[in-house]
Amino acid sequence: MTVTEIVRPMSIPRMSDAEVAAVHVSAPRVIRSEWLKMRTLRSSWLTMALAIASVPGIGIAIAWSTERDWANMRVREKGHFDPLGDPLSGFNLAQLAIGVLAILIVAGEYSGGMIRATLAAVPKRVPVLAAKVFVFTTLTLVTMLPTAILTFFVSEHILSAVHIQTSWSTPNVSRIVIGVALYLTVVAALAMGIGAIVRNVAGGIGAFVGILLVLPVIAEALPQTWGDRINKWLPSNAGQALMSVASDNTTLSPWRGFIVFSAYAVGTLIVAAVLLRRRDA
Amino acid sequence: MIEATGLIKRYGEKVAVDDLSFSVRPGIVTGFLGPNGAGKSTTMRMIIGLDSPSAGKVTVNGRLYAQHRAPLHEVGALLEAKAVHNGRSARNHLLVLAATCGISARRVDELLDLVGLSAVGSKRIGGFSLGMGQRLGIAAALLGDPATLILDEPVNGLDPDGILWIRNLLRTLANEGRTVLVSSHLMAEMALTADHLLVIGRGRLIADVSVADFIREASSGLVDVRTPDGDRLREVLVGPTVHVTSTAPGRLQVSGLTSDQIGDLAAAEGIRLHELIPQQASLEEAFMDLTHDSLEYQRSDEVA
Repeated sequence: MTVTEIVRPMSIPRMSDAEVAAVHVSAPRVIRSEWLKMRTLRSSWLTMALAIASVPGIGIAIAWSTERDWANMRVREKGHFDPLGDPLSGFNLAQLAIGVLAILIVAGEYSGGMIRATLAAVPKRVPVLAAKVFVFTTLTLVTMLPTAILTFFVSEHILSAVHIQTSWSTPNVSRIVIGVALYLTVVAALAMGIGAIVRNVAGGIGAFVGILLVLPVIAEALPQTWGDRINKWLPSNAGQALMSVASDNTTLSPWRGFIVFSAYAVGTLIVAAVLLRRRDA
Repeated sequence: MIEATGLIKRYGEKVAVDDLSFSVRPGIVTGFLGPNGAGKSTTMRMIIGLDSPSAGKVTVNGRLYAQHRAPLHEVGALLEAKAVHNGRSARNHLLVLAATCGISARRVDELLDLVGLSAVGSKRIGGFSLGMGQRLGIAAALLGDPATLILDEPVNGLDPDGILWIRNLLRTLANEGRTVLVSSHLMAEMALTADHLLVIGRGRLIADVSVADFIREASSGLVDVRTPDGDRLREVLVGPTVHVTSTAPGRLQVSGLTSDQIGDLAAAEGIRLHELIPQQASLEEAFMDLTHDSLEYQRSDEVA
């Protein structure tokens, strides 16, 4: 070199041979990384807290207000009250929170450029998406299952004061309560697939809300003969069949509906995985 | 060792990288030089598999990057655009990356220390200055103790202290036998940092030369001399292949002789020299000459 400069050698920490030998990518490590990613963002905690609080919060409020008001309610109003389904209706808010968080976890990496660091660390790419889905669906299931069961028992206890409670051993009850958690778990998976395809938080949330919440409302406007045939196959309608007491020709049977809903989620995730491999990051 | 063969990247009609073949050797700092938009970043992204080539391939130590079982131990990369989540703390950012291949938390702390971010390790990255962000990027690149480092414009936005720090870092990494590829659009910075140059323009390889050769070729061959004995010196020097011109009394410009030769001849005749300066065309000028035809966004009045 013709330009002389003063080099002050730095001491850059090296890894020992033993450390180097142990360093490689593995599925459990990618899962650990994704779990750490989720835990280290404030938005995860806030949104998850909302999802968890919404089911018992709304359920207990409904049970308590009904119990207070029962003596004054008209017969027809009493007939409309569903002592099982109404206290569980907080899942509507929970699914929004879970969907938003799922999209933040996946598409949020694209807004700041984190995805480049992630994919440089795990260049095979698909394990990243798989780990995200594994971590978040597991979290959703293990939090929402006890939440739904707790909500059921607390609200039934409240309603027992006016003798309108139902019990765990009543036919369909356990399936419906557990179904809330299963439905929300598949919502998480579906939303992650949408987030991975759209790669943009706002767009992803828009697509999620459109598909899960708006589509069934629009479909209501179809002529009845069409609606009866089409509506039950829409993702959220199919999935919520698991939470209905009885099925008729306008709904799918509970488990069939759940399988259809799960198939939507799996299909979306497969498309997401193929695109993840193909597209430039 | 990075080896690219026939690397092409097209975005629709536009060709960003056009049939690039080169190799980057270990133990030296290789500068990747070219004007903005020349295809440097795209090439670097292809090396670590973020973008896939339209044709050709690029390997790191004989394999595609994605085929290494410990990618972070193979290549550490600092890319031009930030690759972080602003809501996460610096330490957690590194821990997240370390976790993917089992790098210890102790190493994360050692690297935070190296780049001088220990004190702000628990602060959210969103509040970091450009320089702090670059330092965090360096720590992330060094996380896996990689054999190869790829740094895209690492001195961008750094203060003089930070620039010197980066130069020392690159030199140290190369001295440790690692492969170091560093991009820049500033020739002067490369002259101080790199040993070897890959110059690209419009996605094509323009030059693959050592920095020393590049500087030698860039020099004009003129020597400025200041002497109180100008007339005598002129007589001594002038010859069939030597031209001497004078711009002012006591100042000569000599072509056809090196400064060594002029000094020796003057000494032999007892001629006093007050200045003897080989004239180098500025490196930026040499770089501009080289890349002139390949500027992507050329001012229309410059088009000959």
